[in-house]
Amino acid sequence: MSQTNHIGKGPNRVDGPLKVSGTAHYSGEFNVPNLAYGYVVSSPIAKGKIVAIHADEVRALPGVLEVFSHDNVPHLAWFDKSYKDQIAPGGSPFRPLHEPDITFNQQPVALVVADTFELARYAAALLRIDYEQEAHETNLETKRAEGFVPGKGKTGFQPPPPPRGNPDKAWVNATHQMEAEYAHGAQHHNPMELFTTTVEWRGDGQITAYDKTQGVFNVKNYLMGVFGLGKDDVRVVNQFMGGGFGSGLRPQYSVFMGVLAALELKRSVRVTLTRQQMFSIGHRPNTLQVVKMGTNPDGTLAALQHHALHETSQFEDYTENIVNWSGMLYQCDNVKLGYELAKLDIYSPQDMRAPGAASGNVGLEVAMDEMAYAAGLDPLEFRLRNYADRDQNVDKPFSSKKLRECYQQGAAKFGWEKRTQEPRSMRANGKLVGMGMGGGVWDATQNKSAAKALISADGHLTVRSGTGENGTGTYTIMTQIAAETLGLPLEAVTFELGDTDQPEAPIQGGSWTAASVGTAVKNACDALGEKILKLAQKQDDSPLKGAKFDEVEFVNGQLRLRLDHDQAVVLRDVLQASGETQLEADSSATPNMAKQQGYSMHSHNVAFAEVEVDEDLGTIKVTRVVSAVAAGRILNQKTARSQVLGSVIWGLGMALMEETIMDHKFGRYVNHNFAEYHIPVNADIPHIDAIFVHEDDDIVNPLGVKGIGEVGMLGVTAAIANAVFHATGKRVRDLPIMLDKLL
Amino acid sequence: MHPFTYSRATDVADAVRDKAGHVASAYIGGGTNLIDLMKMNVEQPAHLVNVAKLPLSKIEDLPDGGLRLGATATNSDTAWNEDVKKRYPLLNQAILAGASPQLRNAATNGGNLMQRTRCYYFYDVATPCNKREPGSGCSAIGGYNRVCGILGTSEACIATHPSDMCVALAALAPTVRVSGPNGERTIAFEDFHRLPGDQPEFDNTLAEGELITSLDLPEKGFAKNFAYLKLRDRHSYAFALVSVAVGLEMDGDTIKEARLALGGVAHKPWRDQSAEDLLKGQPATAETFGRVAAHVVANAVGQGSNDFKIELARRAIVRALKQAAEGQQQAGDMYLGGQ
Repeated sequence: MSQTNHIGKGPNRVDGPLKVSGTAHYSGEFNVPNLAYGYVVSSPIAKGKIVAIHADEVRALPGVLEVFSHDNVPHLAWFDKSYKDQIAPGGSPFRPLHEPDITFNQQPVALVVADTFELARYAAALLRIDYEQEAHETNLETKRAEGFVPGKGKTGFQPPPPPRGNPDKAWVNATHQMEAEYAHGAQHHNPMELFTTTVEWRGDGQITAYDKTQGVFNVKNYLMGVFGLGKDDVRVVNQFMGGGFGSGLRPQYSVFMGVLAALELKRSVRVTLTRQQMFSIGHRPNTLQVVKMGTNPDGTLAALQHHALHETSQFEDYTENIVNWSGMLYQCDNVKLGYELAKLDIYSPQDMRAPGAASGNVGLEVAMDEMAYAAGLDPLEFRLRNYADRDQNVDKPFSSKKLRECYQQGAAKFGWEKRTQEPRSMRANGKLVGMGMGGGVWDATQNKSAAKALISADGHLTVRSGTGENGTGTYTIMTQIAAETLGLPLEAVTFELGDTDQPEAPIQGGSWTAASVGTAVKNACDALGEKILKLAQKQDDSPLKGAKFDEVEFVNGQLRLRLDHDQAVVLRDVLQASGETQLEADSSATPNMAKQQGYSMHSHNVAFAEVEVDEDLGTIKVTRVVSAVAAGRILNQKTARSQVLGSVIWGLGMALMEETIMDHKFGRYVNHNFAEYHIPVNADIPHIDAIFVHEDDDIVNPLGVKGIGEVGMLGVTAAIANAVFHATGKRVRDLPIMLDKLL
Repeated sequence: MHPFTYSRATDVADAVRDKAGHVASAYIGGGTNLIDLMKMNVEQPAHLVNVAKLPLSKIEDLPDGGLRLGATATNSDTAWNEDVKKRYPLLNQAILAGASPQLRNAATNGGNLMQRTRCYYFYDVATPCNKREPGSGCSAIGGYNRVCGILGTSEACIATHPSDMCVALAALAPTVRVSGPNGERTIAFEDFHRLPGDQPEFDNTLAEGELITSLDLPEKGFAKNFAYLKLRDRHSYAFALVSVAVGLEMDGDTIKEARLALGGVAHKPWRDQSAEDLLKGQPATAETFGRVAAHVVANAVGQGSNDFKIELARRAIVRALKQAAEGQQQAGDMYLGGQ
């Protein structure tokens, strides 16, 4: 019996003790000597020009070191290319402190640096800036007719596939039809940890940036490009993050500001944004969607049309994949998908948990519910009748897809069979009860990653890769993979991440870290294993002489023949006998394109939700959620479950309370704080069941993992919205569903 | 945040003297609101007098059968005080409906009365606000005003008082005891907070330098038939869109005496004594409750994004009266009616 099979079990987080004891250091907790503090000044207007910055009044305060603005920023990179990060959308990236023009409200316009944080904050409040205001437009409603089809967009953006069949005619001729518009406002990521950068001045133009980011290499390349720094001049570190959700995918202006000040002042500097400024760094865009569906007499989809329009900034064409999913989640031969942007005087939106899919999923899955009712079908039965065995967008089979099993297991756990179809037909505790469902689909992606594995003579394995840990469990799952690959207990393995001195890994997003970095970790450990085998075979009377690598296995601290377990050596003995103090191996992993090209690779889920609605008062209580996820192989039951619980809570927030309100008169968000931007609290969160339906899939990657960070959020929002309809008979199509919409 | 000096007062006289001796000074209790406002540059005191440690934290019986709530007793200690739970469960409920345990552990009773509005624009110094900067204009009128008032508003200000505790207090009608440079005096709770009129910068009727020392509850606590109903955008840690405090004295199915106050709808906790009069002597029926609720909101004016509050308030009043008449609620319930 092996004690070193770790994958698929549920060990505790290996970094848990560091976190609960306060010894895990976040970006704002590196207290380097002689630290100065920067405080960002934000524009109070949405559009116009800075006429004057009265910086000298503030510079005169004792302890104030400098005020940086477009007036005095040194010559930096000229071309847009230098400011483009790995996932920059099309257009010209925002350049902080570059020019007097104001292009969005809360635009950072100055950085005040002082000996203490309190002084920098005070001085920032005193800084007088004269603006010349111009008329702005921040209301997407005014741009309905001015949508445009974006160009190439950012990495990962896929324009909707061309129409198939005859979607207009098929809709007109359908037995039953539905058409509806769905809307949601802007939402902000609101991670608990504020964006913070501590820049350590190492002397001689060299810096280390402890930065809140989901991609240390992305930030490093950005800094090299913008500030003209050499590869050895800048190191970027992020070992822990207090929530990212996509807000840390692109380099934020906090790191620009911190590095600018450190290089100019030749001193270590920390810049921390305020909670209010956390509403100036990108968001899920305000989105309008129109869905049209029609069914055949047998309840199959005759036509499906889905069009989305969302806001972007004046300077970048931020894109996300909103409508594409509607062409693959259900079988339909007549499909038309459309996607447009509209420019407003706002900052560029930014990827936020399940970007695009979370938005489009609401349109698609509420429309599916509306269509089911129009056709007189149970919403689950309707989905089963339209199950897609192929991805019709690309006309390929799925590498694996156990959504049907998700439907079955989820419905059984939830007790869907107790649901009566008629709206307002269920009651409990003096309230209306509603049950709703929704499903979703997300990409299973692998990106190129590298890792290094080292083993010391005492048998302790260290594996490094410059990926991230934004709370998802990266440390833990990588430790499990490494330990299992070399047959070691978890305690004998240390996984290190988040440092540009480590082998390169992609930004942590898109649910691809487990697949990408996990495979690199496995490959590096295998490469190290081959070296260990060679060392073992060098020993006199080695029982492994002549064995090929695929004929041996690492289990319980031993290296042994797969077919004859008695032919074994103890790993530590091999290392000690070799006289080597350390053995190391580098490896990288890229997707196996040859194997993958014939397939569509996706994770799927379904969520079932129950709500109680007090009809007189409009209050909604979500009482239960069951989420069933098919995402390949689950590496860690505990961290995976936590991800699904978090996803469900996100979906609940989107359904019932999250919205950043723009006051169009000022072109400014008004609820930019935790008191008035409502995210769910414990009292809002019901019992949540997470079910994982195992999929064997060696096409997606050798580990068979698909990633679960985003897929779990899908379906939830629509399930709750559909449950509210089932409870009340009222179809609310603009999110969030706050109580006044039910009065 | 602007620089400030700080001192810790040893007794009430010391506090009053200290504050009078400094320009632009302010008392600070739990600091759960003032510190936030200072960080946002909304409040810019030059001197803070800490009154949290003054010997005013007792909750004790009064000779007239009432209960004195010390001004520096925390909201938590007040809510969970055995006398409060038993004799004034409405107050227990209202306090527990507000903020979070952490905040209630720090916030004081005096400070609860002194907290300032949560109007979005009051908090954001980039926008005009008559309350923050008299004469600059009201951004909430014609702007986003979901949290704003529908009763007793003015052309200068539509802000609401954010407290839950104060809504229950409005119904229970204590006396507010204060000390100031001119000695001690008492203010009826009803007269403590004020409507905005053309001077929205003043939230209350305290004179310069006056300090709250206690809240003296009268004997009558409506411990049998009461309700605190809070409606909000999430189930905890959110300010009331509308809240209703009800205390009834029943004689069988007939209402002998009534108290009715609303939160989230006005610049002050909105006690409606004419509605209370309408309830007296009436049967506790849906018809009575509906008539009284319609009376309370008869003069309500919506401001756009808070139009719904008029209907919500009407329905909430009906529900709260029904709950109170039926004696449904128990002190210490964590989840309140309607949610």
